Amino acid sequence: MNTLVTALARFLIFPGLLFAVPAAWFFLWVERKAVALMQERVGPPFMQPFFDFVKLLGKETPPRPGIAGLIMRAWPLIAVSAAAGAVGLLPVLPASGGFEGDLILLLALLELPSMCIIAAGFSSRSIFGEIGSAREAALSVSYNIVFLLAIVSIAASQHTFRLEALASMHPSFLTVLGVIAILACLPAKLHINPFSLPNAEQEIYAGPMTEYAGPELAMWELSHGLEWVAATGLVATLVAPHIALAWGTSLLAGCLFVALSVAVVLLLSVLAAATARLAIDSSVRFYWQCTLIFAVLAISSALFVRFWL
Amino acid sequence: MKFWKRLMCTARRRSPWLFHMNSGSCNGCDIEIVAALSPRYDAEQLGVLLQGSPRHADILCVTGPVTRKAVGAVKTVYDQVCGPKAVVAIGSCPATTNVFIDSRTLVGPLDKHVPVDVYVPGCPPRPDAIIAGVVKAATLLAERGDNPPKPEMVMVEPAEAGVPADSRGPQEAPPASWGGDRPSSAGREEVQP
Repeated sequence: MNTLVTALARFLIFPGLLFAVPAAWFFLWVERKAVALMQERVGPPFMQPFFDFVKLLGKETPPRPGIAGLIMRAWPLIAVSAAAGAVGLLPVLPASGGFEGDLILLLALLELPSMCIIAAGFSSRSIFGEIGSAREAALSVSYNIVFLLAIVSIAASQHTFRLEALASMHPSFLTVLGVIAILACLPAKLHINPFSLPNAEQEIYAGPMTEYAGPELAMWELSHGLEWVAATGLVATLVAPHIALAWGTSLLAGCLFVALSVAVVLLLSVLAAATARLAIDSSVRFYWQCTLIFAVLAISSALFVRFWL
Repeated sequence: MKFWKRLMCTARRRSPWLFHMNSGSCNGCDIEIVAALSPRYDAEQLGVLLQGSPRHADILCVTGPVTRKAVGAVKTVYDQVCGPKAVVAIGSCPATTNVFIDSRTLVGPLDKHVPVDVYVPGCPPRPDAIIAGVVKAATLLAERGDNPPKPEMVMVEPAEAGVPADSRGPQEAPPASWGGDRPSSAGREEVQP
């Protein structure tokens, strides 16, 4: 009973929906504002992502008859719930529960929105959506190898797939290597420059989202924001050892978590503002040739630590 | 319910997303639209975003005198924009067909084919006028609510609406080395909208 209440509280309140949805809008604003400031602009007002969301809820959608339309409407909802579930799993508060293997569930939930985007592009039957989905799929198989190897190496060095144990581990050379590899994957995971090619604005209209409108598009925006919260939150929990235990209070742990996440968002926004979009072959080559080295180094040293020391 | 309506009204006014459509323009107005979105004029501080897909847009910005080739595309794109929507005719061409009047390759002006809400005259109009027109269209969307649009004509003068024209404050005079045939800008007054 107690476990159930804790799990529900984590999913619905903190770090789940009640926290994550405003945080998603806030992170989207931070990203847009940071890019604007880098370009010497004033940038959007604070409430902008919220207004965008409300406005989209009030718009019409084109008629989508039949099963195909039903499936098309389902993808954004699946993406939002997966991303919200991923945020709810993050071990932010001390003794927040969790179970053996929740890291694997988190990785699966983090991957689900990207799968939904691929499926949505193909089910929309728009040529631009299909091109965007094909790009997303190609990008996904490139960065995921690195992303998974980095996380597995961190987990292997701690002999556990439990998130709470990973959040409270001592930082080591291996963690640093792993976090660098994860950070290198985040721009591709979040579709920002230089890896914004799946939804390449103007170039292929809006990629997989081309046919989506109104409330469906609002859900995609929300799932994108929640992905920001989940991905930066994962880095925040890995970077800050004893995010909670060192100070003991939940409030401080929560504040530290938010501050670290915002720092990661700022880092990624600066990268996005400073770079241009790469072509698909350059992006794939970047992950297979440059970043894979880090990941292989991380996992081989993890195995070395595990078996010989 | 009333609160939701008020919130929706604010959201529609504060978040106009554009789709830009060229119906045979000389590219002059298109360049000015790009200028309106660039860091110099920074329309994003009003929530304006240029969208890649007409499905995402609230406001359709049409330039050009609507040529025979383009009229089908204009109608298709207008139907693809999901309601509530508004159309802004940018430049004199979509309003009157301008200097191309009586050309046999034209089927314009624009309001013969789609209902136009806001006209931004000029050849080309200044970026501040374009931003003022877009803001006006967003206000119209907010006022109309979910009711179907009534045809009404709104003209935008560049001096209208308290639009932050320039995010960097007053413009500095261009250097004298710019172009030989331009009159010297030393004694000229900058036109502030």
